[in-house]
Amino acid sequence: MTDEEDDIILSELPDDELVPQMHDDLYDGLNEEIVEGVNILLERGWMPYKILTEALVEGMRIVGIDFRDGILFVPEVLLSANAMKAGMKILKPLLAETGAPRMGKMVIGTVKGDIHDIGKNLVSMMLEGAGFEVIDLGINNPVENYLEAMDAEQPDILGMSALLTTTMPYMKVVIDRLKELGLRDDIIVLVGGAPLNEEFGKAIGADAYCRDAAVAVETAKEFMARKHNQMMATA
Amino acid sequence: MSGIIHDLLKEKGWLLADGATGTNLFNMGLTAGEAPELWNRDQPEKILALYESFLRAGVDMFLTNSFGCNRARLNLHESADDCFELAEMSASLAGEAIARQNCTAIVAGSIGPTGEIMEPLGTLTYARAVEYFHEQAEGLKSGGADVLWIETISSREEFLAAQEACQLAGMPWCGTMSFDTVGYTMMGITPRDLVELVSEMDNKPEGFGANCGAGASDMILTLLAISELNPELPVIAKGNAGIPQIKEGKIHYSGSPEIMAIYAELARNAGARIIGGCCGTTPQHLEQMKTRLERTPMGPKPTHEEVRELLGEPSFTPGGKKRAKAGNRRRRQKK
Repeated sequence: MTDEEDDIILSELPDDELVPQMHDDLYDGLNEEIVEGVNILLERGWMPYKILTEALVEGMRIVGIDFRDGILFVPEVLLSANAMKAGMKILKPLLAETGAPRMGKMVIGTVKGDIHDIGKNLVSMMLEGAGFEVIDLGINNPVENYLEAMDAEQPDILGMSALLTTTMPYMKVVIDRLKELGLRDDIIVLVGGAPLNEEFGKAIGADAYCRDAAVAVETAKEFMARKHNQMMATA
Repeated sequence: MSGIIHDLLKEKGWLLADGATGTNLFNMGLTAGEAPELWNRDQPEKILALYESFLRAGVDMFLTNSFGCNRARLNLHESADDCFELAEMSASLAGEAIARQNCTAIVAGSIGPTGEIMEPLGTLTYARAVEYFHEQAEGLKSGGADVLWIETISSREEFLAAQEACQLAGMPWCGTMSFDTVGYTMMGITPRDLVELVSEMDNKPEGFGANCGAGASDMILTLLAISELNPELPVIAKGNAGIPQIKEGKIHYSGSPEIMAIYAELARNAGARIIGGCCGTTPQHLEQMKTRLERTPMGPKPTHEEVRELLGEPSFTPGGKKRAKAGNRRRRQKK
């Protein structure tokens, strides 16, 4: 760490240095710097969608990789996600105005009896960061909450999270109810949470288990691409 | 040093702790999403049956059914005001189980995490966390717990808050963290951090270590990392019986009683003195663990190779990846 490095003036950096610097600042969870960087790029005439994808989403992708690899942990990722959110706050209204492409829509919530929402919040923020519309149902959701939200929001994806061994079987309760109601095939079900594993996800009838927020984003994208392909094929 | 656990350890050399609470209650009809603690009041005979099944397996100590007996968590079940009472019941039922089995065992009052994120990352203040834990601690004390047992903690602040609550209640305590993320806790704490944390405390625990986590291999590696630092206090190992699976619509843990017996032996060789199970560990597992511990002499510390061979591939390589710390993270991309 030299003093010189600490004295970077963001507005003096050309675009091709400012964007990587914003990736670093996201990695370090620096809210103010991210807000400043977003504003500078807007002033320079960047389209909001380009700022979102090239500066913020790409930065969070790097964070996601290091989270997945056990180099960053929840505290650091929460700080990064907060910085991302600060940048998103500026971009969100502009994205709507400029008609940026939508990746997909997800309803997400922690299952009944479970208060833990760290993982779910990370997934929400990372998915929003990747351009998804996310409806967050919060914690402690009985099956009715998921059904209501599915009816009202018509999401592409349902995300469920549990951190306790006593609550994770509840995901199966929700999926079984979807099957009973004939709704299971209409939606992509992604599950996550510390005690889970891939086999468990399959056994309860989810489409995929996502080990962490970074994997959740990749999986959501993949399933959306498949869905589009299927729609194209049947159209 | 003194204390109930210390004294019994001096007499026996190692202690067998209990197995799972939540997953064993599932087998007795608890449904997913239900709070196990409510059964202290609504189904006390089942809680007694659980406790007695552990006592029959020959445990030296067991945990009360009070893991989530705090305001933050019971609030989900509209029972926030019953924290004290439910905690108290969990401990008094433990005493009743011991009387019914006409045996002796240490009653350890379980204190699990609040589930909330503490400041500055989250909204739970340290003072509020202490308040939550204190209410639970007083309930357990009033019900007759011998020692309080803080478990499955992932953050330093929450560990400290729970410890302070035990001190306020004037109770001895033990504390374990869950190292479930490539050898770290979810919040990035290493076994070394935990050793340093307890060694710096004025209010020392009677024992400390690891519980839950990600399978037996990971647990042994965690224990090796702890014992490498030669901690003065007794080390606790309460690992899961493998990983959760669904079989015929029911939750089932992959670790057989035979595997858990090997785990128990390796845990002791790796430095643990209080050995039990966590999720998925049934009385059948405990019986075999006990037999194994009684029949095998203390051996040398297992090597990583032996752990891999006997218990399967761990989820991480010790000393492989290092956590990025603030300060040296900045400018990491510039080479």
